[in-house]
Amino acid sequence: MMSHRIPLLNLSVGRLLVHLSLLMLVTVWVLPSMGLLISSFRDKDQLAITGWWTAFTTTSQNAFGRTGVAGEEVLQDGKYVLTGSFFEAGSKTIQSYNTNFRKLDAYRSGEPMTMKDGSLFTLHADGSYVWKSEKPFKHKRGKRIFYVAKVPPTFSLDNYLEVLSAEGIGQSFVNTFVVTIPATIIPITIAAFAAYAFAWMRFPGRQFLFVVVVGLLVVPLQMSLIPLLRMYNDIGAFFGVSGKSYPGIWLAHTGFGLPLAIYLLRNYMGTLPKEIIESARIDGANHFQIFTRLVVPLSVPALASFTILQFLWVWNDLLVALVFLGKSDDQIVLTSKMRELLGSRGDNWEILTSSAFISIVVPLIVFFALQRYFVRGLVAGSVKGG
Amino acid sequence: MIAQLLDAVFAVFFGVGACFFYFIGSHFVLERFFADSKGANGEVISRESLRNLLRPWIFLLPAVFMLFIYLVYPVFETLRLSFHDFTGERFVGFRNYHWAVQDPELLQAIGNNAMWLVVVPTLSVFFGLLVAVLADRVWWGGFAKSMIFMPMAISFVGASVIWKFVYDFRGADSEQIGSLNALVMFFGGEPEAWITIPFWNNFFLMIILIWIQTGFAMVILSAALRGVPEETLEAARIDGANEIQVFLKIMVPQIMGTILVVWTTITIIVLKIFDIVLAMTNGQWGTEVLANMMFDWMFRGGGDSGRGSTIALFIMIAVVPVMIWNIRRFRSEEES
Repeated sequence: MMSHRIPLLNLSVGRLLVHLSLLMLVTVWVLPSMGLLISSFRDKDQLAITGWWTAFTTTSQNAFGRTGVAGEEVLQDGKYVLTGSFFEAGSKTIQSYNTNFRKLDAYRSGEPMTMKDGSLFTLHADGSYVWKSEKPFKHKRGKRIFYVAKVPPTFSLDNYLEVLSAEGIGQSFVNTFVVTIPATIIPITIAAFAAYAFAWMRFPGRQFLFVVVVGLLVVPLQMSLIPLLRMYNDIGAFFGVSGKSYPGIWLAHTGFGLPLAIYLLRNYMGTLPKEIIESARIDGANHFQIFTRLVVPLSVPALASFTILQFLWVWNDLLVALVFLGKSDDQIVLTSKMRELLGSRGDNWEILTSSAFISIVVPLIVFFALQRYFVRGLVAGSVKGG
Repeated sequence: MIAQLLDAVFAVFFGVGACFFYFIGSHFVLERFFADSKGANGEVISRESLRNLLRPWIFLLPAVFMLFIYLVYPVFETLRLSFHDFTGERFVGFRNYHWAVQDPELLQAIGNNAMWLVVVPTLSVFFGLLVAVLADRVWWGGFAKSMIFMPMAISFVGASVIWKFVYDFRGADSEQIGSLNALVMFFGGEPEAWITIPFWNNFFLMIILIWIQTGFAMVILSAALRGVPEETLEAARIDGANEIQVFLKIMVPQIMGTILVVWTTITIIVLKIFDIVLAMTNGQWGTEVLANMMFDWMFRGGGDSGRGSTIALFIMIAVVPVMIWNIRRFRSEEES
């Protein structure tokens, strides 16, 4: 066999293959997000007509400018001269131009073009033009000059500024925080107490109740939506208010997050050394004291794991927000807003890409900063599923 | 904006405060009303055992109450509603079920869900395992894993925007701005509006979920692979097994239990898949799935709680085997 005769060569080919296939996978995985991120900083006109992979190269653009009109010219050496510029110098470089948009490459920049009336028009690379004529100009509307220009890559925060204010993404960003923070802290508080009871207290029905919790881990959200929506609407109607409110969605997320929280925390608390808790009891501490002073500080890793899971889950949730929150500006969350933009601004990629990035930046920061806890939580909770 | 932020902060404090208030308040009440007291002869009557009898239920009450209201009761209520008309008032027997087994849209949704169930967990586990194994063999494996894992942090809607941009379609005579069509044209093909091609568009939507879930599979499987004892692998290598044989005959059987757990976890996510379909196609062009259809019926024509509930039950029925398996697994773990 080859491998026995030249193991070194075989080994390095194999290793190269490992590197290459992993590199390929990583590339495929990263490129879609990369496209989004780069596009969100691009000029919206360039974004609409060229691929994001051309963002770093100079692109060609077809456009037109309008000359000045009669009356703006000056008399110079017996000739009437009209001057001006089509754009800010430096933003583009003219390649060629013409009055006819079908033959854009007729005149190179700086090369004079003879107009029908015999006047001479020259468009320079920097966008400035000089139009010289023997007779005074008569046109009242500026003449259209079509040109091909090289556009250097431009990046700006314009798209972000636009979506944050005009499209209401800034407001949704705040709304999302209003939903997420209580919807993370409330379930973890409730679950921590329950988990402690399951792990360290003796009471009738303990085993049965916990099996119910394990069963509830996988109950699909869809089973709860219609009854809860009806209940919320009834409660709202009873008090004469809307059924869609922030406290309503906090409690809904709390209910849906509890099984996993109780399961994770109870499993973790159950592994704490028995001796510590028993010696505290002998010293006269009651369960409330043991819980707050001993078990909670010791359970920080598990609490952190669940906090991250729940934070990401609530932040990224669309379904619960669509059912339990309204779509008015003061309630709509980022995911809901994104979904509306996909419908109404489906072709405005400058808006979609920048709002999408705003909606995923917070989870990404949490993710990269606390990846270790996130992974631990996932490994411990891999029975649930989303 | 400032006023709204202040409202938000106030709301957060109020919501969280109410929660702490219960636990601290109930503890206080318990200590106060069931405090040790002095007997007639001056001896201390300890009520510690009474307090200990009550305390578990104080700890559990909010959790049990919330679980009951938000998960247990709705399951039975949904079941009840599925036998009622769209208002939820009038009993209609099996009429909703009769509708369900004949509705072409629902049958299509079931078919699509079945396809998702086969394709997504399988490919996610496959790629996840592949990356886990490859990444352990290169010095930049940690970086590679982070990159593959990153989509886990992105919402399904965010991922849909990302991929809708990849699938973007322009006419054949203009420049493509979607990566996929640009790639197709680079190799001389014709650009396509991928998400509108019946049947195949389902797979373009599945790719999004695979893209997200591979990271999850990778992380769990990577942890499991690290648990395979190095001596076993070495012994096999000394016996002349090559790396592929070591992987297939030693590593995979050793982590089979974990593979199964990952597979079922992703299965449950797939059963509930909703956001991606809603954002990408809203079920058009033959991409309907159960969860999206259920959401649709919740609000369609003022809402039909009967049909909506019936569709929800279809999802529930598919989950029940996993639920039983979980409980069995939990029971056997507790006993050992």
